[in-house]
Amino acid sequence: MLAWTIYLSFAGALLLALLPNGRNALARWLALAVAVAGLALVVRGFAEGMGQGRITIVDIPWVPSMGIHFMLAADGISRVLILLTGLAAVAGVLFSWNIELRTNEYFAFYLALIGGVYGVFLSFDLFLLFVFYEIAIVPKYFLIAIWGSTRREYAAMKLAIYSFAGSAMVLIGLLAAYTAAGSHSTGLVDLARANFPASFQMWCFPLVFTGFAILAGMWPFHTWAPTGHVGAPTAASMLLAGVVMKLGAYGCLRVGIALFPRGLDPWGFYFIGLGSWRDVFALLAVIGIAYGALVAMVQADFKFVIGYSSVSHMGFVLLGLMTLNQIGVTGAVLQMFSHGIIAGLLFAIVGRIVYERTHTRKLAELESMHLSKRLPFAAVAFVIAGYASIGGPLFSGFWAEMQILIGAWMVRPWWTMAAGVGIVVGVAYTWRAMQKAFFSDAVPSTHTLETEHDHQLAAITWPEVTGVVMLTGVSLLVGIWPRVLLDSIEPAVKTLLAGGVR
Amino acid sequence: MNYADLFRVTMPETALEMAALVVLIVDLGLLRKTALGVRVTVAALLGVAGCGAALWCISLQTGFGLYVDGALVLANGGVVAVAQAGILVLTALTLMLFIGADFTRHAAEYVAVVLMAATGGLLVTSARDLLVIFVGLELLSLGLYILTAFGKKSGKSAEAALKYYLFGGMSAAFLLFGFSYLYGLSGSTNLYWIQYNIAETGTSPLFYVAWILVVAGLGFKVAVVPFHLWAPDTYEGAPAQAAAFIASVSKVASFALLLTISRNLLMPGGPISGQKDVVEHLLRNEYLAWQPLAAILLIVAAASMIVGNLAALVQVSVRRLLAYSAIAHAGYILLGIATQRTYSGQGSTFEFFLGTTGPASLSTNAVFYYLLTYGLTIIGAFGVVAVVEHATGSDRLDSFLGLHKRNPLLAAVLLLLFLSLAGIPPLVGFWAKFNLFAAVLSVNAGPVPFALVALAVAMSAVSLYYYLQVLKRVYVMPAIDETPIKAHPVSMAVLLLIAAAVVVLGCFPALLLGWIGSF
Repeated sequence: MLAWTIYLSFAGALLLALLPNGRNALARWLALAVAVAGLALVVRGFAEGMGQGRITIVDIPWVPSMGIHFMLAADGISRVLILLTGLAAVAGVLFSWNIELRTNEYFAFYLALIGGVYGVFLSFDLFLLFVFYEIAIVPKYFLIAIWGSTRREYAAMKLAIYSFAGSAMVLIGLLAAYTAAGSHSTGLVDLARANFPASFQMWCFPLVFTGFAILAGMWPFHTWAPTGHVGAPTAASMLLAGVVMKLGAYGCLRVGIALFPRGLDPWGFYFIGLGSWRDVFALLAVIGIAYGALVAMVQADFKFVIGYSSVSHMGFVLLGLMTLNQIGVTGAVLQMFSHGIIAGLLFAIVGRIVYERTHTRKLAELESMHLSKRLPFAAVAFVIAGYASIGGPLFSGFWAEMQILIGAWMVRPWWTMAAGVGIVVGVAYTWRAMQKAFFSDAVPSTHTLETEHDHQLAAITWPEVTGVVMLTGVSLLVGIWPRVLLDSIEPAVKTLLAGGVR
Repeated sequence: MNYADLFRVTMPETALEMAALVVLIVDLGLLRKTALGVRVTVAALLGVAGCGAALWCISLQTGFGLYVDGALVLANGGVVAVAQAGILVLTALTLMLFIGADFTRHAAEYVAVVLMAATGGLLVTSARDLLVIFVGLELLSLGLYILTAFGKKSGKSAEAALKYYLFGGMSAAFLLFGFSYLYGLSGSTNLYWIQYNIAETGTSPLFYVAWILVVAGLGFKVAVVPFHLWAPDTYEGAPAQAAAFIASVSKVASFALLLTISRNLLMPGGPISGQKDVVEHLLRNEYLAWQPLAAILLIVAAASMIVGNLAALVQVSVRRLLAYSAIAHAGYILLGIATQRTYSGQGSTFEFFLGTTGPASLSTNAVFYYLLTYGLTIIGAFGVVAVVEHATGSDRLDSFLGLHKRNPLLAAVLLLLFLSLAGIPPLVGFWAKFNLFAAVLSVNAGPVPFALVALAVAMSAVSLYYYLQVLKRVYVMPAIDETPIKAHPVSMAVLLLIAAAVVVLGCFPALLLGWIGSF
């Protein structure tokens, strides 16, 4: 049944693309229906898959002469991530309710992107995974370039080029692995059994890992992320931060680590204190955590704060992956889910609820608007989301980051200490943004228009309330009862670490 | 040889020539007083019927071809049939795009020249003798010069044709010069005997001179760096329908010829027979000769990928952009032609040769898959350019502004075709690239082929930028002029058909792969 999430999304996209212009309300409801149906399928699949290992959904030969199969399957990790996709898809449609420009095209691109994301998470053929991964690039470009805001064409092109460069690296690695394994199958299971020579893994692993990690926002290849997130329309930034960056992290885990585990072995020599690719990528992850947080401290644009915080939080995911131990990798997968929900919520508040009413994202201008009194709903939502984002207990981020930090401590205690700095700075930038945007007492300067302050801000609409409640609820649920996801993730991570996807 | 055999083997060519004559008779004889639109439609449909008849003739052919003195002169069946069928289908599509065109009053002449050039293309793909190859190539080239000059109202068309003709004449001279060396070295014009004799005597430096001259001549035909200078001007100046023909049919035919020459003349393991030690000796000589020959092709391939893609980045004319992207695509294809397993010099060459035959046919199939799908896509791209140019009077990037409002269907077709050219899955262009690169690596996974494949993949990431530059104007940037653009219904139908083929062949790549593999 889970395969229908993909078919349904693409069918919905096609239908919306063919819809005549001007039927905006119909387009919205159609998109919502598709997204909700997808979520329902995912929840059902998640519940059915509880306590089970990998379930094959479809497996038919696609290109028999090259050994490519159309193979969809789901294990615990995939199930958690498609659950995230389903939630983010519904929330994204809700927060796009006010799109009036070329509505049907917007939702067509949106659903095509969702379909590609579902496809990546469900593919168990390396080739198929790559196909879906690339399918997801094009809609992103158009979503940002057409419906975006700040420097949207620049942001969209930058994102497309970075994504395509990353996937070119992945494609080279894919071709190399396919050839090295004897050119008869591209199934992840077969490739994991191929026993590539260690020297091959040593260069193929960093290539593929970096290719995927570009999309996961790894420092120093993260620069597409803040501009992309800021340039994108709200729902697209929710998806970018919420699920698209997870595609990269998922690829790192499912392809990079699972197929080329020996690429992480020590080199046998030290270069400026680094002894393996694992050290290199962990260092980059830690730099990303601290750098993202520090840069977020000094942003003048509210949305850039959230954009850089995503870089910081995705650093935790990569750090978790590099621990290579049960608890750290489990934490990384949980962090993917948790950050997907919380970043989506933050972008929704900043981009949709606040910006669409105030028409500014400059913290200096928001300071004088007294939003905590005029938009109490937004203020409360942001306080909760901010608390969840800094990893406060009772919310999902707490368990995720704690597991990553424990895992990191078990390998190299200094990783944990450095990442801890990121957490402290994280509290600071969230606090600063919250204070400036909502709770400042600053008096309006003479530059701002008086009328801007007198007129009533538009009331909060039902899609916004539904979206906020849904995302907060999910984060709270996972925070209180993390086993709901951990029961799925842990066995899958265990099998994966024990020997790829065998 | 007898004439019945000759007729049997050249039936497809004969069918096309007959069709060309019928078109001329009908148009110049019966339809002199009729409106231009009707004449164009009738002529084009007759031409399409001729292509259909030729296709039918190919399906009837049996045997391997025509032998003279025990050596193959005209081949048919196998990959030749694939290439010929591809040429005929692509010709038919370009003729369909001609319906509704008004750049010329000479409908019959245009169609007849297209058909004759296509005949040259068919001849080139099946010929195994230097003289027949040269005649076929000239028949093709002369047709292309005339087609380029067909836009008599446009000065650019005449200029482009003159440039094309001058460059073409020079490259033909190079090619002929190279052929005469080959003849002088081997005493034969037949590829089989040339290879045999050269392998027997061992190679001389003159052989490499001959090969460089042949590469220069054929490199011009397929437009690879540094013989590419004519392409942007010709693509820009020729009428769009003629440019589509040049970019697709002529490319398929010329690459098929290059493949024939490199596979049958130069690449080790052509039609060799004899005692075991003789074969061993011949093959060893061939292997020793092949490495430097392949190196020349690989250098040309790498240069084409880099120059083509980088130059396309800065183009403001969509036709020139397509021309430079065509140069880049030619570079990818050359990679598939030139890669062969490296013989270490140790052990039995014969056994080594037996181990290479499977992958070699794999890469031949991959090259044809690439050529045919690329030809299909580029015809569609020029079809869209033709419609836009007809409405706006220019092919500059800015004339595509707001196309999604002016004609949403046309914009969607362009989106699919350009994404396919950029190699985005699941469109057919992606499979072509993947299949080609996988074939190259399965033939030889050594560091050099791998580095070149990595370069090709990296360069196709660069190519996304310039394709997106066009699509950005189509979908993103605001329109200056929002009046709808009307396309002729037949053109529109052809374009939709091509777009549908790009999607369907992309989603089910096994269809075309299986078909090519079945020959």
